[in-house]
Amino acid sequence: MADILMTREAMQVLAKRILSMSAADETRVNIVDSASGNTRFAGGDITTSGDSDDMVIAITSTVDGRRASSTTNLTDDASLKRAVDTAERLAKLSPQDLEIVPELGPQQYRDVNASNADVSNLDARARAYAVEQLITAARTPGGAMPIDPATLFVAGFLEASSAVRCVATSKGLFAYHASTDVSLSCTARTPDGTGSGYASAGGRAWTAVDPGALGMRAAKKALASRNPIAIEPGRYTVILEPRAVADFIPGIVSSLNARSADEGRSAFSKKGGGTKIGEKIADARVTLTSDPFDSDLLGQPFDSDGLPLKRVVWIENGILKNLAYSRFWARKKGVEANGAGGGGFGHNPSGLKMSGGSKSVDELIAETDRGILVTHFFYIRSLDQRTVMLTGLTRDGTFLIENGKITKSIKNFRWNDSPLLSLARLAEIGKAEPIEAGLVMPSLKINDFTFSSLSDAV
Amino acid sequence: MTTRRDFIKSTALGAVVGAAAAAGTAQLARAGTLLHKLSNDTGDPMANEIALAAIQAAKDAGASYSDARVGRYRRQFIAAREHQVMGVSDFESFGIGVRALVNGAWGFAATRDVSRAGAVRVAQRAVGAARAARTVTRTPVVLAPTPAVTGTWTTPVQQDPIDIPIEDKVALLLATNEAALKIPGVRFANSGLALLREEKTLATTDGTLITQTFVRVGPSFTVTAIGDGDFQSYTEEMAPRGAGWEYITSLDMPGNAAKWAALAAEKLTARSVDVGRYDLILDPTNLWLTIHESVGHPTELDRARGYEANYAGTSFVAPPEKMIGKLKYGSRLMNIQADRTQSDSLSRCAWDDEGVAAESWLLIKDGVFQDYQTVRDQAPAIAALNGVKHSHGCSFADSWDSVQFQRMPNVSLLPGENDTTLDDIIADTDRGIVIKNRGSWSIDQQRYNFQFSGQLFYEVKRGKITGMLKDVAYQARTPEFWNSMDMIGGKRSYWLGGTFSDGKGEPGQSSSVSHGCVPARFRQVNIINTARSV
Repeated sequence: MADILMTREAMQVLAKRILSMSAADETRVNIVDSASGNTRFAGGDITTSGDSDDMVIAITSTVDGRRASSTTNLTDDASLKRAVDTAERLAKLSPQDLEIVPELGPQQYRDVNASNADVSNLDARARAYAVEQLITAARTPGGAMPIDPATLFVAGFLEASSAVRCVATSKGLFAYHASTDVSLSCTARTPDGTGSGYASAGGRAWTAVDPGALGMRAAKKALASRNPIAIEPGRYTVILEPRAVADFIPGIVSSLNARSADEGRSAFSKKGGGTKIGEKIADARVTLTSDPFDSDLLGQPFDSDGLPLKRVVWIENGILKNLAYSRFWARKKGVEANGAGGGGFGHNPSGLKMSGGSKSVDELIAETDRGILVTHFFYIRSLDQRTVMLTGLTRDGTFLIENGKITKSIKNFRWNDSPLLSLARLAEIGKAEPIEAGLVMPSLKINDFTFSSLSDAV
Repeated sequence: MTTRRDFIKSTALGAVVGAAAAAGTAQLARAGTLLHKLSNDTGDPMANEIALAAIQAAKDAGASYSDARVGRYRRQFIAAREHQVMGVSDFESFGIGVRALVNGAWGFAATRDVSRAGAVRVAQRAVGAARAARTVTRTPVVLAPTPAVTGTWTTPVQQDPIDIPIEDKVALLLATNEAALKIPGVRFANSGLALLREEKTLATTDGTLITQTFVRVGPSFTVTAIGDGDFQSYTEEMAPRGAGWEYITSLDMPGNAAKWAALAAEKLTARSVDVGRYDLILDPTNLWLTIHESVGHPTELDRARGYEANYAGTSFVAPPEKMIGKLKYGSRLMNIQADRTQSDSLSRCAWDDEGVAAESWLLIKDGVFQDYQTVRDQAPAIAALNGVKHSHGCSFADSWDSVQFQRMPNVSLLPGENDTTLDDIIADTDRGIVIKNRGSWSIDQQRYNFQFSGQLFYEVKRGKITGMLKDVAYQARTPEFWNSMDMIGGKRSYWLGGTFSDGKGEPGQSSSVSHGCVPARFRQVNIINTARSV
């Protein structure tokens, strides 16, 4: 990656420069200065490798109860002035916004150290080296080798990015946060096309990623998953590895919007009006939180309005404790806003964590008489918002468990099930582990998971 | 929405498969309206100079080939909910991306510093990335030949949507919501407009220098009706198009909103479907997405060769040597055209992001798979199989800061020979379900098993619609599904759907693509019920 990102002081100067150009009643400036590099590989070759830098400046102007925004990546004075003028002109032309909430004044923030130089220093050469390590490990995985592992098709993606962002308002608010984010994922496929394995890791620091271990894990899964057999679709006990849980459980998040629940169009709407806050909605072992200060999450301590974010407990011991309130909806309902506004919750800046238990995936397998082990999921889509019913497919390593052991590779399934309803059918919660920056999920053993049809895809 | 222009006339339906580039561009020239131009203009001199400086710097640093794209993107979004505007926003982004090939390995770099010095620096970074990639890469990249071209092209529009006063746009959305909320039971109404203008200058070391301006518009409308312990939404299928503001006004959103809202209220009274096998009649407003997922993606050559294995997936249409001219994809009624020349379509251009001229070709002829979608570094892999030495021109990058790669052209089901309509198909069906508009969609990573829903479902008995159903989704395996197609509409029933957000690649890129089709019937398809009580 190339350029040095802006310091707090430099961002403050730039934000002030933009605010000084404004003639609106209120103005907010959101700036993201970022640099990222990525390397993509397939068939053992690097297919693309590149880096980019950008700075995105969003100006939100409020004039006479009307609000609009303009975004630019041009930072010369004339362009900035034009962007400010555009936001003001659009605001003046807009109808009065009845849901407008005034911009915030100065706030107190607790810093989160979410930036690591080992990520910002990961240049094209270092990324190529990591890819080489991964491919080499995938092709020498060790253990029983039914085929020559040197023939595995290995594909994957490594991305490292750094960003600094700020929020500033004409009422004196200034918030600044720096973060890094790195992720590496890979898929190994057997040359006969019958086996496929996947592994991924990521976090705020490069130390969260072990390229060799990922290559080896994907290769072992690919080799073990060759020649899958078809078993009948139906209801099965499943063990979802943490990556699969991370694909599935966050499907609940969009339903946590308080306004939708109050308006009667969410799974958390109570029949006859109101929300299900305070009701038992999941197994008593389920706790789901967002917390930018959690050392496992290291999120952003403010949302795009500049509202300081705190720890929020969504579900505690199976009870729905909170929903996401925008500043407008919180005011209307007389509760504290928790960062659901201004694009806050959708981007989940404070991260998401599901508390885990003490057992490893291997222990969960050992305790299972008959079940299905799932590596990860693909193409998940909503079917019914009333129940958070989703559909998707298993992928890259699906196995039958019999008498505490993995006995067979099985064909992939399409499933139709709900993360919300699944949390009421929990058999066991395994250890929680970091999945990617800002996301921690455990493995889960779920009873009566619905597989609706077979997929021939490998 | 039904004021469909006479697409057929101006599309490449009559074009010879694999037509030469010149034929494709001549066709564009004939389709011209107000702002349309295809000429030897030289584009923006500043963008040209910087793009040329970048590729020269890449060459000086050791690249055997390089291309540079200078992009300026304008996007405007307006959203309204019930009686108020939720957001008015305007985006602009300007930058340059440079790709360099060094010893057979690719490197890419991009910056928002669009200056001569910035262009040189970013080109050198691209060459550096290529050199680093070369240490791992064992199979050198080979590019299919393409002639050097110069010129400019602009989406033909009557009114540039960005230039329409914001008051008019806001008034249109509020009037739409207002009309919808008058329907009893309808509590929520959301409408929106996404309006885009993209200018791209491309220079390549092969001698190409082109500038294109793309205009696209995407309207949206969703209503929700609340009943006793139930809620049902309806989303109107208003296709985004590569067109101007005149397309938005032709949809008459305020005039149609009450009709659309009544459908959401009616859904509250619909009967939940009984699972089982039915003859499925898909309206073009639903079928376009099924084509996208089950035909568009599997016929991408990079997927078939494993390049998307880690994310979007591979394809059941592989390996190419066993597929081209051999795979019986569907019934004889199935003729699928790939195309980047059709009027109003989202994928339309004069040249792709490698400077390859837009063209039309058949992917599937009389049910048999013929060819893939290709770009310059993939086409040589199958040239001996399909006899096509050039790229089909499917290269696209969604921004100046993303690298171009193979993206889907318009992929469309051609009309049948008879003048059949949706009503004719219904009249011919003993027990079936009609599905309109897109609902939920999901398909596996090799594009076999899919499950799609819709917005409106009608039960058909003995040739007549007998009532509305809900909670319907159809689940099938791609080849069986397409081989069960036994009746399709004629030219008159053709409609062009599409999306602004087709995702692919890592890091993820989004592209716009259209899919034309006619109504079609599929025999004995598995229908599931998506509802479950809490």
